[in-house]
Amino acid sequence: MARRHPARDDEQSPPTPEGPGVGRRRFLGYVLAAPTLTVAAQAGAEALAPHEAAAVVPSLPGPAELLDLNELLTAAALPTSGLITIRLDPDGTAHFALPRAEVGQGVTTSSAMLIAEELDLPLEKVRVTLADARPELLFNQLTGGSNTTFSTYTPIRVAAAVARGRLLRAASLVLGEAVSTLTTKAGTVLSPAGAVLGYGELAARAASVTGTAVTVSLKDRADFRVIGTARRRLDALDAVTGRKKFAMDLFVEGALPTMVCRAPTLNGTVRSVANAAAVRAMPGVTDVVTVSTGVAVRARTFGQCVDAVRALDVDWAPGTAEGATDATVLAELRRAELPLVVPPLPLLTKAVDARFTFHFASNGALETNCAIADVRPGSAEIWGSMKAPIVAQEQIALRLGLPVSAVKVHVTEGGGSFGRKLFHDAAHEAAEISQKLGKPVKLMWHRTDDFRQGRTHPMSTSRVRATHSLGEVLSYEQRHTSVATDFGHGIGEVLTAEAARLPVADLTFSETMFQLTQISPYHLGVTTQLLAETDKGYNTGSMRNIYSPNVRTAQELVLDELARQLGEDGYALRRRLLKEPRARAVLDKVAQLGRWGRPMAPGTAQGLAVHVEYHAYVAILMEIDCRPETTGRTVPDAYTGPRVTKAVCAVDVGLAVNPRGLQAQMMGGISDGVCLALTSGLHLRDGRFLESSWDNYFYTRQWNTPPELEIVVMPPTGDRPGGAGELAVAAAMASAACAYGRATGTMPTVFPVNHGEPLPFTPAPAVPPVPASPTDGRDRVL
Amino acid sequence: MPQHTFILNGKAVTAEVESDVRLLWVLRDVLGVTGPKYGCGVGVCRACTSHLNGRAFTPCAVPVGELAADDEVTTIEGLPDTVGAELHPMQEAWLDLDVAQCGYCQPGQIMAAVDAVRRAREAGREVTEADLDALRNICRCGTYHRIRQAVLEGARRMG
Repeated sequence: MARRHPARDDEQSPPTPEGPGVGRRRFLGYVLAAPTLTVAAQAGAEALAPHEAAAVVPSLPGPAELLDLNELLTAAALPTSGLITIRLDPDGTAHFALPRAEVGQGVTTSSAMLIAEELDLPLEKVRVTLADARPELLFNQLTGGSNTTFSTYTPIRVAAAVARGRLLRAASLVLGEAVSTLTTKAGTVLSPAGAVLGYGELAARAASVTGTAVTVSLKDRADFRVIGTARRRLDALDAVTGRKKFAMDLFVEGALPTMVCRAPTLNGTVRSVANAAAVRAMPGVTDVVTVSTGVAVRARTFGQCVDAVRALDVDWAPGTAEGATDATVLAELRRAELPLVVPPLPLLTKAVDARFTFHFASNGALETNCAIADVRPGSAEIWGSMKAPIVAQEQIALRLGLPVSAVKVHVTEGGGSFGRKLFHDAAHEAAEISQKLGKPVKLMWHRTDDFRQGRTHPMSTSRVRATHSLGEVLSYEQRHTSVATDFGHGIGEVLTAEAARLPVADLTFSETMFQLTQISPYHLGVTTQLLAETDKGYNTGSMRNIYSPNVRTAQELVLDELARQLGEDGYALRRRLLKEPRARAVLDKVAQLGRWGRPMAPGTAQGLAVHVEYHAYVAILMEIDCRPETTGRTVPDAYTGPRVTKAVCAVDVGLAVNPRGLQAQMMGGISDGVCLALTSGLHLRDGRFLESSWDNYFYTRQWNTPPELEIVVMPPTGDRPGGAGELAVAAAMASAACAYGRATGTMPTVFPVNHGEPLPFTPAPAVPPVPASPTDGRDRVL
Repeated sequence: MPQHTFILNGKAVTAEVESDVRLLWVLRDVLGVTGPKYGCGVGVCRACTSHLNGRAFTPCAVPVGELAADDEVTTIEGLPDTVGAELHPMQEAWLDLDVAQCGYCQPGQIMAAVDAVRRAREAGREVTEADLDALRNICRCGTYHRIRQAVLEGARRMG
């Protein structure tokens, strides 16, 4: 790593006629009053607004004066809240509590990379933890919409740049050398004479007794040594050694395992319990109590909770979807569908008409809903993985009848999210149980409950009509109709604020979300895409994106059909209709790498799809094998079906902070897309979902995984990172669906495509709600 | 309360708990060994995969009363000791290929991978694509492709 000179920091910039740092964006940061160097920046990117900040620091005679002037901006002028802070400890490590959830997407690693970059500190000396709920951050503590890196990219770097400036200044005082002669490298300050001072020994000297505002400029992209390089996850060692601590791995004094016995139908409630005393007397059981979601049992071990749940004799009141089946929901969606409005069309116009159905799907993670709660008179403490911890804190406080400030919410590492952890169902439930019992509880949902009563991606339909004449697409209309998606987690605060400035007045919140997120990457003539919603009786939420995977799958399938009717190659049609060069570039890349159009055996085919969202572009080419010898292959207790044999992905997020992490997110999105198209859906019968285990909810398994996978990160096309976490899912689902359609010769219209087949499993009973723990583990040959 | 003695990660341990409690809960709730994770409780997801006398098994499906004093249980925590190193070669392969995302399933994946390699070797062959297809452990983050690469790399390093 080369030495870095401090010229980029304003306080050391040589004066120029135009003033210091001309042509460079300047950002406002803070040094906070603390015993060791502690720096900060406003959490929201907008709050950094460099224009006003720069305006208060006009052209100045020299660096020293600039710094002095800045120091006049005392603590009194500092914002008292909404700051993200980095602390440098005397051992030379930088500490940052990220106000986001880490659920596998790699944001702790990429955030550490930003700090390492601006601070010139080795990556392994950066410690990133997850911040507790901080209500003053408002919507700046919500993890969703693939937005973390996009929104924190600048604030984190600003804070790190402030820290580096202070360290240089402290070193200058120690060494008696001008700041401008000093350089930083790998966590040290170096002088021309060869003196080396570690950041650790400077940490206390660089600290401030008062709050100080400073302006900094940031490293040029050309000087990046960490950002844009492939790095391994910082928590990987903990993950592979079993040391990584998830909520259920924490030890909280007195918090015993707790489970809830749930109703046989969706959201059913307890009328009465016939045998509470007998169950309370079972081995290990300490408590049995009725709560709003069922009957809670607390025991020494979760195994004894399972036994107690199974033993309970409960009289259940009806739920919120009594008698509903897939067919009744579908009929309701049909009734709610908004009409198509066909524009006036020339003679000889032809049309593609299609209607697609997307069944309920589970957004359950491998870590089931879980949380620890310790509710005392007058206070409460909660531990769990939450992507909207402020909303959790506020709603739990309301439920418990406590002031928000009396509820502490600790965000733990999450074992996956996929939309689930935008909500805090388990934390809410744990708080209620703990309050009722007056004891701490470690609440975990059984897997079966997680599938049957946990949140789902709602069932939806898409009606599409596209018209064309003389080889050109004239119009594209899409009417998406969905069971209501729950947005109660507060992502709305961000988007409604934006929406107020957009021409979407008079729409409901969901319609607004739809209009804000649904972009057609193609020129398709007169285009209208509208959303309608039906009832709210289901536990729903987003699932690694909200609408895009379904909406875009419908659109890409219609494109293939248009290509067929126009007698045009699917790649060529997409290529000429794409609106943006960056979209065309990723499409070209996968077509070339994946050898689009290569000869393939009957029953096998390629599929192609592009997706544009989150200021990012992705294209995926898949090859599928739908031949009987493949679809007929057998794996015990599994669904096999068509096999995606190859996936080629090209992704352009503008600037990839960690290309290796970006590839990982694409890989995960492809796994999701494959099963959304082919295998993973829920069956609703008589007001409950039939799936109950990973052997009948067919998320992608090794036998469904594409054996060949290539993911290309495009060279940087911008100075900012776009979103990545959810990006690949829509393109992957669409690509798999298109490949399936081309291999079978029939456009698929129901998803997953296996949903209408005879149920490939025997549903587990609804009462008792969870299965018995097996006893044959010694005999099973794994 | 009955006492159950067995060998856990190379050391004899005794747990005082009812005999029908499945080993997963004895490990996690009684002994505080949290590497093996809960993902289903019915032997399907394999997140708790550990080794019993050197063979992969799911502790969620074994009552602790079935263990004898000389039964050797190895969890992810004890895997490195089986090769007398800081990390097992399979764990190193996992690190080099940066497999983990959320990481919740990965202890079970690694224990299953080591077992798959051992079984193939006992059959006088190396791990094949068919063996990789037969791995049942769920990864909801969808890291399957890197898992496949890491199993092959780990096998190579296991020598």
